[in-house]
Amino acid sequence: MIKKNKRYFLIFVLPTLAAFIMAFVWPFFQGIYLSFCKFVTTSNATFVGFDNYIAAFQDESFLSSFWFTVAFVIVSVVFINVFAFIIGYVLTMGIRGSNIFRTTFFMPNLIGGIVLGYIWQLIFNGILLNYGKTIVSDATFGFWGLIILMCWQQVGYMMIIYIAGFQGIPNDLYEAAKIDGASKPQLLRKITIPMMMPSITICTFLTLTNSFKLFDQNLALTNGLPGVVGATGTTVYKTQMLALNIYNTFYQNANTRGVGQAKAVMFFIIVAAIALIQLYCTRKKEVQQ
Amino acid sequence: MDATKKKGKMSKTILTIVFSIIAVFYVSPIFIVLINSFKLKSKISSQPFSLPNAESFVGFDNYANGIFYGNYPFYKSVLISLFITVCTVFVILICTSMCAWYLSRVNNLLCKIIYYFCIFSMIVPFQMVMYTLSKTADNLGLNTPWGIIIVYLGFGAGLAVFMFTGFVKSIPIEIEEAASIDGAGPLRTFFGVVLPIMKPTFISVGILETMWIWNDYLLPYLVLDIKKYRTIPIHIQYLNGSYGQTDLGAIMALIILSIIPIIIFYFVCQKHIIKGIVAGAVKG
Repeated sequence: MIKKNKRYFLIFVLPTLAAFIMAFVWPFFQGIYLSFCKFVTTSNATFVGFDNYIAAFQDESFLSSFWFTVAFVIVSVVFINVFAFIIGYVLTMGIRGSNIFRTTFFMPNLIGGIVLGYIWQLIFNGILLNYGKTIVSDATFGFWGLIILMCWQQVGYMMIIYIAGFQGIPNDLYEAAKIDGASKPQLLRKITIPMMMPSITICTFLTLTNSFKLFDQNLALTNGLPGVVGATGTTVYKTQMLALNIYNTFYQNANTRGVGQAKAVMFFIIVAAIALIQLYCTRKKEVQQ
Repeated sequence: MDATKKKGKMSKTILTIVFSIIAVFYVSPIFIVLINSFKLKSKISSQPFSLPNAESFVGFDNYANGIFYGNYPFYKSVLISLFITVCTVFVILICTSMCAWYLSRVNNLLCKIIYYFCIFSMIVPFQMVMYTLSKTADNLGLNTPWGIIIVYLGFGAGLAVFMFTGFVKSIPIEIEEAASIDGAGPLRTFFGVVLPIMKPTFISVGILETMWIWNDYLLPYLVLDIKKYRTIPIHIQYLNGSYGQTDLGAIMALIILSIIPIIIFYFVCQKHIIKGIVAGAVKG
């Protein structure tokens, strides 16, 4: 019945569609176009081909932040998921106070990245004060500081997903295995982990993209510091992640906006690739089940 | 048998104790900030872990300083954050649920294209459209708290449309056909029949969008006219960043003030938040 009346398109879809085109579709395509241009504002863009992409690859700070981000992503994905899995496992064993623990562990997740960054800056600086240092005096501090912060924020979220997964495993599986004489480690390896694979996949990719796109926490905790002058004379910020590097390329120097946009396109391609791999993994699982 | 049961009970008690200790450590950062918010600002950086004593205790001075500090009082930021979050979530829920319903019921080529674009937008990182979006919003005069609602509607549409469409597909179409035989038009059918059924998804989407918008920093920072309008994250970042000489006491107080609404919100709708997270996660 709704199909007959085309004018309902205007009422139902048009408000969202118009906003969507304005805030996403148009900026997205304009962004791709501008990555091939030299520009200061959008109105004075001149086409330069792949120059911006070449400049991005020659930019030491970009490569440095890329490898920093990769290292950060690997470490944080492993840590967050291992902790969240263990906590989720214990909290579904029926120990006393499970609900209070769940509430506590999840809470930091609701605090925004900027505020989180400043909370931990105070703590880390307080600890490092004893050694006469601050969080920005060494890149190692910044790296592990970000890891701890990220764990604090994300473990609760992933824990919730793991708990839902644990609760979804039917009890008869365990009972049948126990009758067959399976030991506790066997139960974990042969039933729990295989049954938890969907949750593990979801959480791995969620942490992967969250860590990869991290911006607010990075900005507030270290703002990329410490900075050193690299081989080509550009300042390389040791704890700067990709998102922050792109942001600074745009807004610290108006002349490198084209390069910033080119970096952003590459950033998008990496994130999209991760998402496609995830889609492939989840699809494959569905076929198996 | 009895011995293993006893052993199980013992290990559970031990686990409870271990987890209690971890939980105390887990919330300690917030308490350290809370303690520091009552201390003299010079003592915060020199002795961050000590309790306030007679010499360093300043009562609510930091709170007073923080709230009225600078040419942009904090309560204004709170009001703007509240306004933007509440209005945007309301607009997103209404507009995108209507859109999702139409898209999945009509489902012609145009609808499919719009739907796939929505899914596509979910994987695009904000940095990709950061500059062009803020320029577009600026050119269209959307750099006000009213205008940013439209920006958020557009940028947040992907996730919301996706989640609503997933739910609409599970609603049997017979219910709507029955309503239309009874003489209800599409609007009446949607608001009278479909919308009440969608309530759980409304809550899930509402919570995900609330958490995102309340804590969002970069989008409002780039879109809003910063001289006139600041949200809470922008305000805190500003206090710390650009004045050179930062008042740590005021920052501690403002951090506490900005956490309080979140904690209240969390305790009031904890169940819904956790359900919303699980629903949002399954979408991947």
